[in-house]
Amino acid sequence: MSTTVIAEPPGHEVPAGSRVNYLNANYGVKSWLFTTDHKRIALLYLGSITLMFFVGGFFAVMMRLHLIEPQGALVAPETYNKLFTMHGVIMVFFFLVPSIPATLGNFLVPMMIGARDLAFPRLNLLSWYIYIIGAAFTLYAVISGGVDTGWTFYTPYSSTFSHTSVIPTALGVFITGFSSILTGLNFVVTIHKMRAPGLTWFRLPLFIWAMYATSIIFILGTPVIAITLFLLFLERVMHIGIFDPAIGGDPILFQHLFWFYSHPAVYIMILPGMGVMSELITCFSRKRIFGYSFVAFSSLAIAIISFLVWGHHMFVTGQSIYAGLIFSVLSFLVAIPSAVKVFNWTATLYKGSISYDAPMLYALGFIGLFTMGGLTGLFLASLATDVHLNGTYFIVAHFHYIMVGGAVMAYLGGIHFWWPKITGRLYPDGWARFAALVIFVGFNLTFFPQFMLGYLGMPRRYAVYPSEFQVLNVMSSAGASILGIGYLIPLIYLLWSIRYGPVAGPNPWRAKGLEWQTPSPPPTENFEEIPIVTEDAYDYAGVTGVGRG
Amino acid sequence: MTGLIQSSLHPLAAAAMLIPLKPRAASSIAQGVDNLYFALTVITLFFTILIFSTIFFFMIKYRRRSPDEIPADTGEHLGLELTWTIVPTLITVFIFIWGSSLYFENSRPPEAATEIFVVGKQWMWHIQHPEGVREINELHVPVNTPISITMTSDDVIHDFYIPAFRVKKDAVPGRYTSLWFQATKIGTYHIFCGQYCGADHAEMIGWVYVMSGTDYAAWLSGGARNESMAQTGERLFNQLGCVTCHVADGTGRGPSLVGLYGKPEKLGDGSTRVVDETLIRQAIVNSNSIPLPNYPPIMPSFQGQVNEEQVLQLIAYVKSLGAEERKTNGK
Repeated sequence: MSTTVIAEPPGHEVPAGSRVNYLNANYGVKSWLFTTDHKRIALLYLGSITLMFFVGGFFAVMMRLHLIEPQGALVAPETYNKLFTMHGVIMVFFFLVPSIPATLGNFLVPMMIGARDLAFPRLNLLSWYIYIIGAAFTLYAVISGGVDTGWTFYTPYSSTFSHTSVIPTALGVFITGFSSILTGLNFVVTIHKMRAPGLTWFRLPLFIWAMYATSIIFILGTPVIAITLFLLFLERVMHIGIFDPAIGGDPILFQHLFWFYSHPAVYIMILPGMGVMSELITCFSRKRIFGYSFVAFSSLAIAIISFLVWGHHMFVTGQSIYAGLIFSVLSFLVAIPSAVKVFNWTATLYKGSISYDAPMLYALGFIGLFTMGGLTGLFLASLATDVHLNGTYFIVAHFHYIMVGGAVMAYLGGIHFWWPKITGRLYPDGWARFAALVIFVGFNLTFFPQFMLGYLGMPRRYAVYPSEFQVLNVMSSAGASILGIGYLIPLIYLLWSIRYGPVAGPNPWRAKGLEWQTPSPPPTENFEEIPIVTEDAYDYAGVTGVGRG
Repeated sequence: MTGLIQSSLHPLAAAAMLIPLKPRAASSIAQGVDNLYFALTVITLFFTILIFSTIFFFMIKYRRRSPDEIPADTGEHLGLELTWTIVPTLITVFIFIWGSSLYFENSRPPEAATEIFVVGKQWMWHIQHPEGVREINELHVPVNTPISITMTSDDVIHDFYIPAFRVKKDAVPGRYTSLWFQATKIGTYHIFCGQYCGADHAEMIGWVYVMSGTDYAAWLSGGARNESMAQTGERLFNQLGCVTCHVADGTGRGPSLVGLYGKPEKLGDGSTRVVDETLIRQAIVNSNSIPLPNYPPIMPSFQGQVNEEQVLQLIAYVKSLGAEERKTNGK
């Protein structure tokens, strides 16, 4: 059935290392800092966001340790407030938002569509530098005493009352936003203009559809957060009275502007994960995705509806009842495309040939945790229950099921899946499966008790708490330490594999997709000859035996 | 016996056996909210178990048996796609209608609710009863009586949250928000600040004391109470000199405030606004933002001269003038 006309992968029997690829084409710091190769830029991003992930994770572990005791075990309340703020700022803006798009997206978008690079390679490098400048501002804020507004920067606390490094932090987020916008632009142009001959829209891998939907949100949403933070900056420096009620401003206006970006941003974080999911599920069940067009269009539906639901963050601010009704119904609506995806992934497994390699374990973990995260969102879309649960640990649990259980699981699944392509090496599969299990267990132990805490009424962002909440807090903290270890294990064996891992060969998973038709690691120009595509995505039924390495 | 078992355990482990699965429910709306919460929990469990068990079933049944195995394509199925689009949509519509109608009901205070005023301030709750009693971080209310809370904030956004009553509302500087509840069980319940508000956010907590009617009456009459909120407001009204312009018979340099509360008023810019708490507050702190057709904009701003609690007292006074007027009209 396979009628692919693709150039025979050049030199795939030659052991990696002796062949010229994007990693050994040239050496030295300059060759990396001035590279315009999308694959090298992806690795620059990978290093940067991994650093930020562990910085943000360190703050999380400190918070959970502190909360072992009701009166607080570790730090002063002011310090605790800085910990959760910096955890949120770093994880959201410097890890989750760029995570999959900037690393896997950068690496894979050109390779999956049969292109030699992104449309604007130098713009791509610029976006990494912008990210680094933004990150530097934020890390400076951390070192210069931290910031305590919460990652949401609500006014008038952030504009008038906080005495911490609000301005450097806000500037850091402001600057980093531009790197998102540039990446989004780059992807949209690349996907429109640089697809290989024969690669029609409906033959695209679903990862590309997800990247496309994400890019739309990058381009349309990010300018709003930039404007919002700029207004916050003006308000704080010049007291111009946009958000300060004492001089005629409206503090709730800030929340409207902030969530107009930040709710779609939730989908910036999860849509790429959904794209990774479609690749993993198909490869490890060797099946075409069930309901290709439903999965593809659900990504676009999510991207569009996500711009219309921001008001559900403000049900208890005194917003009108009728506005509440509209935002509630739209919030329920945005859940449907996500449900459609989950059902389609599950149905893809039907009559498949399912293997349990490490990436697949992450993928299955994603489906379970994302399902729970999505369904608990219904409690918050529903007005009467949101009144009770808003601002409690229920919210914290809900979005960590989506962001950590969903997005980070998908990110790790993707890293494990494409690691052999990126580095040309295999990691120890046993350790990888073990880590997936540790992360799954640690995650649930950390965040499930938080649903219970929230329903019992414990507000979030509390440095001290009434003692009746202690048991659940201790359970959550115990889980966090397991989760922390779970994240360190992959760091170790993946680094180990770069040097000592067995050579992977071009296609160790026998996956479909153009990125697997070229050697691992790929040559700088990706493909010796631009491939011509004549088949649909995930046409596994026609796959021919391509052996490991 | 249970005591014996627990005493042999680590205290935390013993406490773990006592984790409640649901918060105390002590208001007229709590049961309704809990019913919806329970229904949502059932839906969540149903779909989570459905997805998990299907995945596990497929993983075992269709596990890869040989490395070269290539399964046949199972194609597409429009009927299935439509089913799992439409069924979840119907479920969410059902939950939306349930949650919204409940919210709608819960949002409207009964006519006869007793009004209590709350001002959030870093990091405490100032509470005033119309009878003049003031408390900090404590709220005494009678059982089985509808209570309406009108609130604002002196500084940043706070959030008045009583988990046992399932009620919560932001206290926003520069405007009034409100919530209401009817406590159904005598007891003591947490008040939390539900919106992060700075260093001691977690210490901005207090207690609601729900008392029997007689205990409440005794509590109100005890203590060093000398005047009602409206009376305090009247004293302020005289002290600040408001009375020199706002003369009752309408001959002053400013409009008479008698009977004004609750009435629609035509403003100088042609718009019509009902005289409510928000408008009176705006008139006190920034009168020039309300153009009046027959009066020059000569009223100074009292921002900074009166705090939010005093503004509420002035409002209580203006309201009491309205009440007298309506009473006379009714006769």
